[in-house]
Amino acid sequence: MTWAGPLLAVALTMIFGMILFAVLGKDPVRTILIIFWEPLTNDFSRSELLVKGTPLCLIAVGLALGFRAGVWNIGAEGQFIVGAIAGGAAGLAVYDTAGIWVLPMMCLAGAAAGAAWALIPAILRIRFNANEILVSLMLVYVAGLWLSALVTGPLRDPDGFNFPESRIFHDSATLPILIEGTRAHVGALAALAAVVLAWIALERHEYGFSLKLFGQAPRAARFAGYREARVVMLSMAVSGGLAGLAGTFEAAGPVGQLVPALPVGYGFTAIIVAFLGRLHPGGVLLASALMALTYIGGEGAQLEMRLPAAAISVFQGMLLFFLLGMDVFSRYRLAPSKARLARRAQGGAA
Amino acid sequence: MDMSALNPVAIAVALIVAATPLVFAAIGELVVEKAGVLNLGVEGMMIVGAIAGFAFTQETGSTTVGVLAALIAGALLAALFAFMTQVLMSNQVATGLALTLFGLGLAAMIGQPYSGIPAPPFPELAIPGLSTLPVIGPLLFAHDWLVYASLVLTAGVWWLLNRSRAGLILRAVGENHDAAHAIGYRVVAIRTAAILFGGACAGVGGAYLSMVAAPLWVEGMTAGRGWIALAIVVFASWKPWRAFLGAYIFGGVSIAQLNLQAMGVAIESQYLSMTPYLVTIVVLVIISADKARARMNAPACLGRPFFAAG
Repeated sequence: MTWAGPLLAVALTMIFGMILFAVLGKDPVRTILIIFWEPLTNDFSRSELLVKGTPLCLIAVGLALGFRAGVWNIGAEGQFIVGAIAGGAAGLAVYDTAGIWVLPMMCLAGAAAGAAWALIPAILRIRFNANEILVSLMLVYVAGLWLSALVTGPLRDPDGFNFPESRIFHDSATLPILIEGTRAHVGALAALAAVVLAWIALERHEYGFSLKLFGQAPRAARFAGYREARVVMLSMAVSGGLAGLAGTFEAAGPVGQLVPALPVGYGFTAIIVAFLGRLHPGGVLLASALMALTYIGGEGAQLEMRLPAAAISVFQGMLLFFLLGMDVFSRYRLAPSKARLARRAQGGAA
Repeated sequence: MDMSALNPVAIAVALIVAATPLVFAAIGELVVEKAGVLNLGVEGMMIVGAIAGFAFTQETGSTTVGVLAALIAGALLAALFAFMTQVLMSNQVATGLALTLFGLGLAAMIGQPYSGIPAPPFPELAIPGLSTLPVIGPLLFAHDWLVYASLVLTAGVWWLLNRSRAGLILRAVGENHDAAHAIGYRVVAIRTAAILFGGACAGVGGAYLSMVAAPLWVEGMTAGRGWIALAIVVFASWKPWRAFLGAYIFGGVSIAQLNLQAMGVAIESQYLSMTPYLVTIVVLVIISADKARARMNAPACLGRPFFAAG
């Protein structure tokens, strides 16, 4: 039942999605085909799967680790933005300096900034008992405003006619392309590595055991000698660091500069991806590919069917609902109520 | 800085307009949490209320119909949450997040044809004679009826929770659902009712944004107010009048930063816009720091799923 749930949820989402598209006056079958099939039929769309899947996968892998332990980092979007800022600023600081060390430095800066941003709610939860959901979420808005302030202020392109955007990164600060002629960049390899490392940490290392223990039986975990503060700090720092890295990749990859429109909600969609992947690294990998598909297919449907842009977020939201709803069947077993059993027993006696 | 542009009465009126949506959302969520349910979908219910109110006002020309539509829309979204968490027993945190993501998308989709249109004026409930008084008139007696409704709502919820039998039962369900169930109260039904009430309140709060405060429809216009409402409930230690006060404090912060921006303070506007969010964090930290007190105030069964075994 573990994996039937997500599959059933996807099927239900497709059915209700078709109803939604029909209500919007679009041909439902055609729209579903455009979203789920057409992106797979040409090379460019297939490469775009890697472009959109990479940030989703990186962020969701980190979130899944935290969610396992009951640490609710909801502010990955903010950590993504701060990662883009720090990575981008590091690249701009050495503008026009060629060197193989530039990109690693940017990635390090981005991951460190994302981790630091995520440690704020972690420390406030440990030290002051403040709810990490609310704090990490508030920091999303702060990060977005900070990015906007920086690209209109200190990081603005000096030759950019006052547009709120940074310089375009120079070659050494731009991610190498994986497949010639597409936007797919080496970040995809990092996402794959993150999946493997997360799987080892979760299934083959004591750290993963402590995460799962805290998620399922916090009291037992404490008796076993695990320190809650360490688990919270570590899972927040890991998820924040991965989100920050994703932010740097986004800036140094497909976008190529810092702009206020850089964040497009990957940090929030990654929450859906984490659940769709059942909080399992391998599952997250598959889920991020599927979710990337809906992004690309959604863009196609916008162009071809004039589907409103937001219809895809409704679609993704529905998916999360169905997933959570399906969970009841994997956690509980349906049984006839006592009243019905009694009635049946009476019927048998009579 | 140009201080002459500041009119204290106008600022006070702006403060009331900024605080009222937060009052509705926070009071609604307070009742939900008192029943032991944590609904993180306030942001989603607010924004759906905002577009429902705006769209129905545009289509029917009646602001009353608009407010009613927002109320129903908020409650409908809440009904989805209630079904998921009370019947299917899904995780409340994840379901609340789903509600917010879904609501933001749904509102953006419905709202597409409505962006950029100004809302028709919302009728003011000026009290004859009194409303023309200088200073006191515009401050106390010349608001729209939703402002007065927010006061009545707060008083009503205070009375309900602290002075009525229904409130006692609601609190019992939130403090110890097993005991409440054992003496025969229908935990799921009571919680569902509370969730629907919270959704309706959030919907009206959202409608106030798009119909009175803005007054127009902009995608994502709630801008985190639903989350701030959740923080206000914690700040208020689950007490209605303190939630009312909290809403006014947060409204005051946002008005203060807007006025600072208007006065042309030599800080980039984005840094000033951060203040409501930063203040929320600071307030949360201060309120939660005393662990013993925080645990005493929070409903004991908050966020815990209930399953009637047997």
